[in-house]
Amino acid sequence: MRIASLSPHARIFLVLVPLLALLPLVLPTYQVTLANNIGIFALATLGIVLLTGIGGMTSFGQAAFVGISAYSTAYLAIGTDLPAQLGWLGGSPWGGLLLGMVLTLAVAALLGALTLRLSGHYLPLGTIAWGLSLFYLFGNLEFLGGHTGLSGMPALRLFGISLDRAESLYYLIWALVLLAVVVTLNLLDSREGRAIRALRGGQRMSESMGVNTFRAKMVAFLVSAGFAALAGWLYAYTQRFVSPAPFSLQAGIDFMFMALIGGVGQVWGALIGATAVTFLKQWLQDWLPHILGRTGNFESIVFGLLIVVLMQRMPGGIAGWLARHLGHARKLAPSAQPAPTPVEPLPRRALPAKGEAILEVRGVTKRFGGLVANNDISFDVHAGEILAVIGPNGAGKSTLFNQLSCVDRPTSGEIRFRGRRIDGRTAREMAGAGLSRTFQHVKLLPTMSVLENAAIGAHLRGGKGVAAAALRLDRREEARLLDEARRQLGRVGLGQHLHAEAGSLALGQQRILEIARALCADPCLLLLDEPAAGLRHLEKQALAELLKRLRAEGMAIVLVEHDMDFVMGLVDRVFVMEFGEQIAEGVPETIQTNPAVLEAYLGGVE
Amino acid sequence: MNLQIVMLLGQDGVTNGAIYALLALSILLVFTVTRILLIPQGEFVSFAALTMAAMQSGTPVRMGWLLVALALAAVALDLYDAARGKGRWRPRGAALAMLAYAAAVTALTGLVPLDKAGVAVQALLTVALVVPLGPLLYRVFYQPIAAAHSLVLLIVSIAVHVVLVGAGLLMFGPEGARTEPFSEEGLSIGMVTLNSQTLWVVAVSLLLIVLLYAFFERTLYGKALRAAAVNRLGAELVGISPEIAGKASFGLAALIGGLSGILIAPITTIYFDSGFIISLKGFVGAIIGGMASYPVAALGALFIGQAESFSTFWASSYKEVIVFTLILPVLLWRSLSHKGAEDEE
Repeated sequence: MRIASLSPHARIFLVLVPLLALLPLVLPTYQVTLANNIGIFALATLGIVLLTGIGGMTSFGQAAFVGISAYSTAYLAIGTDLPAQLGWLGGSPWGGLLLGMVLTLAVAALLGALTLRLSGHYLPLGTIAWGLSLFYLFGNLEFLGGHTGLSGMPALRLFGISLDRAESLYYLIWALVLLAVVVTLNLLDSREGRAIRALRGGQRMSESMGVNTFRAKMVAFLVSAGFAALAGWLYAYTQRFVSPAPFSLQAGIDFMFMALIGGVGQVWGALIGATAVTFLKQWLQDWLPHILGRTGNFESIVFGLLIVVLMQRMPGGIAGWLARHLGHARKLAPSAQPAPTPVEPLPRRALPAKGEAILEVRGVTKRFGGLVANNDISFDVHAGEILAVIGPNGAGKSTLFNQLSCVDRPTSGEIRFRGRRIDGRTAREMAGAGLSRTFQHVKLLPTMSVLENAAIGAHLRGGKGVAAAALRLDRREEARLLDEARRQLGRVGLGQHLHAEAGSLALGQQRILEIARALCADPCLLLLDEPAAGLRHLEKQALAELLKRLRAEGMAIVLVEHDMDFVMGLVDRVFVMEFGEQIAEGVPETIQTNPAVLEAYLGGVE
Repeated sequence: MNLQIVMLLGQDGVTNGAIYALLALSILLVFTVTRILLIPQGEFVSFAALTMAAMQSGTPVRMGWLLVALALAAVALDLYDAARGKGRWRPRGAALAMLAYAAAVTALTGLVPLDKAGVAVQALLTVALVVPLGPLLYRVFYQPIAAAHSLVLLIVSIAVHVVLVGAGLLMFGPEGARTEPFSEEGLSIGMVTLNSQTLWVVAVSLLLIVLLYAFFERTLYGKALRAAAVNRLGAELVGISPEIAGKASFGLAALIGGLSGILIAPITTIYFDSGFIISLKGFVGAIIGGMASYPVAALGALFIGQAESFSTFWASSYKEVIVFTLILPVLLWRSLSHKGAEDEE
């Protein structure tokens, strides 16, 4: 394999692995110990990168998670007064790892279940409060040694090899760090990973594409806590002593600062941040007492100010800056490159027979307080038919559209999709049933590629989970998902832009991309909210051709649109609304001469 | 546990709860107006308490230097904005006036023998030192990123808190301090003796709540702040400057925090980093109020005060554990009554 064909991540590995392997041979033991600490910090910080930088959630409880695991490990390793139920785990490092992992994940699952459905402020506040209470708990529990902690841990022995020297622990720690980086990179480049990456700013969109956003948040939170647990296990065996202080809220804040300084949006930011902060802290602790004339935790002033400046001037941190200046910003993983071999296409849903009623709207009324936004609306849409909903601004089209797409529920009346009642169901449930949509205000993930954006639409057509993604057991399915996305993008005319960032497309192209994403879900009903807005003449013609082709295949399409030229030449029937009421319905020719419609659009003739 | 102990604990709980309620209101006010979770709220409390204590013990009051430093930074930021074409090519009058004020107060605290000045003068001067901290913090740290994602605002809040705690250590040293009580006599009603400081705390808290209510209901500035809280963009369109709204809400927060600090300084020993734990209990109250409802937040904070007081009796070393674990059931209740995924700005 030629170096030029490797992904940027692979190239970093190629440089980093030999470098890391050689370090302990040339560094004095003191520096190796420092490198061990950096590795442990990097592992915990990697969790923050995944959670905060990629998932858009904030936790200050990472140090507390490290603490749970470190205490579990120390408690079992010392193993002097274990309760009978835990006796079989005593003295074994695997037991410590298991207990630490289980306890950490259990606490994370509880905290996640309580806060992740709520707005983004509750997780950080919850982890601050909980991190503090855990700190006081460690300091007060007799069997954990109170404020003095637990000491006298035996050295780590794995498979009969004693890892009692800093140099031997070094290889274990850094192997695990690199493994965690690989696992994270694999996870992010997968179906579940796209769901996590869509959490920042794309939650409503991904719910409509069938993604369970709560689950995606939980996955990110648990993986992040898992890294902390692993770091805690290593920490206990590196220090062979645990006390409450290193797991305080302050330490949790330090991990967040490491991630931010290193670059919270990039996996490598965790390694850079842990290294930079550790060295900077040491340097400041040497120099600040000379400058200020007394000792104290004054480096926190410098770090705090650094974070403020960073957030104002360079939110991407060091890694973000490097990525921008070394030219390969946000290059995507290899699987995003052109398809190497043809893959078996994904199975398709059996499309309903032409003419079958797909959507039946009966007496739908929506009230917002005293305002009646939709009043007694009824219509049908059939397979192989395009219906346009038109009306002046404020007619209630968007309200109707929200109810059809299950974002909002009617006050009264019912909506049936293929005979099943859907009003009151969630947008996510409907995505699975074959209803797909686009948004009036384009909802794309601007820093993800066009291909990945489209692939989110195919989320429910794959089933591989987190473990499969982390271990790359999902490659066949992933290739099929991406192939489907590629096919739909080709179909709408975006085949040339697969690897561009979605945010770099023109507005019209972004609308078309939304249609490709909706098609990836293999729907039988397509809801399009102003698809022609912002499109140029030729693009409109191409869009009309595409919709006609979909109609011919048996798709039912509902579109809300203002562009009358576009609508009248394309659709089978037009449904006209004004002030929340239905004022006309029929084929385009009769609508164009309908007096009520003319009155609504042009005003009455005296 | 007899009635006397219950009354004693209850009284403690009311005293602390009233302070937490004030802080909860202030946190909510800042949050609704600016979307900022004011993590540094607690530093207003500890800085006020320690400044007051420094005045009484006759040690140098260094708060003024922080003000001067921040005011200089504000002037520098104004110049920087101007250099990038975002304003006039000289510092705004407000920034210069603030700098002059900071210098004057600093000089005053350095020259006047404060230990003999009496509690009222000391308290007044403490307020004069702490309140400008609010608008200055907003100007220097938050205003440049006022439109950023709420996650960014939260991280900056944490960073500002960390900076201020470090500055607190620098200004006040690691030793804790306590101030003299405002007055000695208590009030006896039947078998219960009400501590004079409790009465002070309750009276000042009530007065402050009434004043805040009047400010928000009766004055134009108060209404403008409420408008900014309901709809920031809409308020800006009708001429309510988000900068003014931000600085005003931070000023109020600093006032409330400063008064709270002065009130509890005679009851509790305050260290340079004590403010955080105190304000966090205000946050718990605000969470109980769903980060939206003032009355529920205040009641929640009063409840936290009682819970803390009674857990001191039963399990004193687990006091903080119990208080902070209390938010779990609150979060559960919030979580169960919540539905739908929403994207945040």
